[in-house]
Amino acid sequence: MAVAFFYLFSAVLIASAFAVIVSRNPVHSVLYLILAFVNGAGLFLLAGAEFLAMILVVVYVGAVAVLFLFVVMMLDVDFAELRQGFTKYLPIGAAVGAVVLGELGLVALGWQSAPGAKEAAAAPIAAGVSNTAALGQLLYTKYFLFFQASALVLLTAMIGAIVLTLHHRPGVKRQKIEEQNARTRDNVIEIKKVPSRAGV
Amino acid sequence: MVVGLTHYLVVAAILFTLGVAGIILNRKNIIIILMSVELILLSVNINLVAFSASLGDLTGQVFALFILTVAAAEAAIGLAILVTYFRNRGTIAVEDINSLKG
Repeated sequence: MAVAFFYLFSAVLIASAFAVIVSRNPVHSVLYLILAFVNGAGLFLLAGAEFLAMILVVVYVGAVAVLFLFVVMMLDVDFAELRQGFTKYLPIGAAVGAVVLGELGLVALGWQSAPGAKEAAAAPIAAGVSNTAALGQLLYTKYFLFFQASALVLLTAMIGAIVLTLHHRPGVKRQKIEEQNARTRDNVIEIKKVPSRAGV
Repeated sequence: MVVGLTHYLVVAAILFTLGVAGIILNRKNIIIILMSVELILLSVNINLVAFSASLGDLTGQVFALFILTVAAAEAAIGLAILVTYFRNRGTIAVEDINSLKG
């Protein structure tokens, strides 16, 4: 059963990844990317990494892919023009892909585990503890500093994205609350003595 | 027949290759390039999780979690730069981004 699901997830993952890079419409690309992430989450589940599978669905499908979709739909770009070099780059792309796939295939098929690799595990998976609990126990103790550092990375990314995209348009009238609060009777109201028949 | 480590490694290798080919094929469209980078990072994560399950070591999954964090930050920053660039130049063609070239 697990083998059938593995082949199902892998086939859909690879097919949708292929569709991401060849489809004409970037919106379709994003939707295929979402499909690829969901199937990747399925592969994670089969490998026993339940927490990462759920994180993949939540973070990637829920946030990153939707961000991509938002940007693709927001930018008013002629995507047919951007696709022009596709056939020109097809031979070199296929060549580089074949070389990379050949080398990775050699590594993946001719790879051997070092003797004693299982015994040298830094954090062995304990029996009887769920994947999420075990990951939490490891992340909040041994890798706590790295956890904090990744939080800093996210904070930097958030500040960077806000600073990059926030822009003040000139000529927009905004309410300045501090100026309004600083107004007093003395510096606002002016009493004029208007002479009769002279006007202001 | 049981799903072994090699199965996962082959799937991840194919996914990585598709990501690299996507970067080369879509040289002009930076949105597809960013998506290809996400595919490459996903393939790396599949490798880490497969090794973690195979060797019985949870560290691989912790590392995959950090890669997810960095990938999310990278996507956010990349798309923010893209939006700013489009606002200034009205195009997202990568080949036009050579103003710094002397």
